[in-house]
Amino acid sequence: MNNLYLQLFLTFCKIGAFTFGGGWAMISIIQREIVDKHKWIELEEFLDLLAVAQSMPGILAVNISVVIGDRLKGLKGSICAAIGTILPSFLMILAIAIFLTPDTIKNNPVVSRIFKGIRPAVVALIVAPVLTTAKAAGINWKTVIIPVAVALLIYSKIPYISNPIIYIVLGAIGGYIYYLRTLIGGNNRADSDNQEERKETADA
Amino acid sequence: MLETYLKLIWAYLKIGLFGFGGGYAMLSLIQREVVDSGWITSQMFTDIVAISQMTPGPIGINSATYIGYVVTGSVLGSLVTTLTVVLPPFILTLIASHYIQRHKQSPFIKGAFMGLRPVVVGLIASAALLLMNSENFGYLMNERIITIAICVASFCIVYFTRVHPILVIILAGITGLLVF
Repeated sequence: MNNLYLQLFLTFCKIGAFTFGGGWAMISIIQREIVDKHKWIELEEFLDLLAVAQSMPGILAVNISVVIGDRLKGLKGSICAAIGTILPSFLMILAIAIFLTPDTIKNNPVVSRIFKGIRPAVVALIVAPVLTTAKAAGINWKTVIIPVAVALLIYSKIPYISNPIIYIVLGAIGGYIYYLRTLIGGNNRADSDNQEERKETADA
Repeated sequence: MLETYLKLIWAYLKIGLFGFGGGYAMLSLIQREVVDSGWITSQMFTDIVAISQMTPGPIGINSATYIGYVVTGSVLGSLVTTLTVVLPPFILTLIASHYIQRHKQSPFIKGAFMGLRPVVVGLIASAALLLMNSENFGYLMNERIITIAICVASFCIVYFTRVHPILVIILAGITGLLVF
């Protein structure tokens, strides 16, 4: 039992130590560690947990560790996972604050060359899970419009329209309505068409 | 001294509670709280952002740890600010997570997640799109050719092989060191 707490802590330490560029950059590493290696949760459920983490305020990386820790081991699990995520960056920043001036890092040619290489790789680490999660989300040629529209509208940086919260709320409500319709027992195919049209008009 | 701590706690409570969207979306909020209120100069803030980009971990945590230490001059200060920025969202996320675990089988939660899954795929895609900028890929043409090559190669390794993403980051760092 204790072992799983320790494993959670160590896994998220590893994830925290190699996350450059914010919460989304963690996804590839989390997916590999939590879904593929430890098989703690399935990819589909991982997506659900991501939706919860993103809907809450605060630091995405911490929220992701909280929902996964809680899902596996409740409150104690989420504390282990959150501390694991925070600890590496806390210690490193503290060391820099105490021992170095910002300039030593900022204008260090070796460090800046290393990071010129890391930054484009981080972008790739965010592109890859788009494709793997699309499979888990059951996206097909008909529903592909939803993630594409969401991505482009957020990317547009138009005030209000580019706020991700809108699409989380719309997705949840749209999904609920769709689910109720399938429960009532209408024709599934017709329903999914309606659903798509509704989505598109909602997005536009 | 106590007043300094209380002010720091108040500032980071706000950052933790109202910072949505993670990472750089929080930057303007952090800036308003710590620069506009005179904790640090805007030059120092730029330094913190630069350091955050060159160290692992979320910028929300990095800035809290750094500013907590610089303002109070003690490790306790950075511990206080770091915990303050984490605690409110920790509690809220935990409550949401518990609620959802308990009502997993309810039609609303089931249906909502059905609709949310494709949206989350879109959110991840938008994060990738937003990062495809000159800051990450360089401003010069010959630089961009190399960075795009690193990006494509990293993608292929992560997507098509079982190589660990952490190893990909390390390899990309070594490549950067050798090439630039």
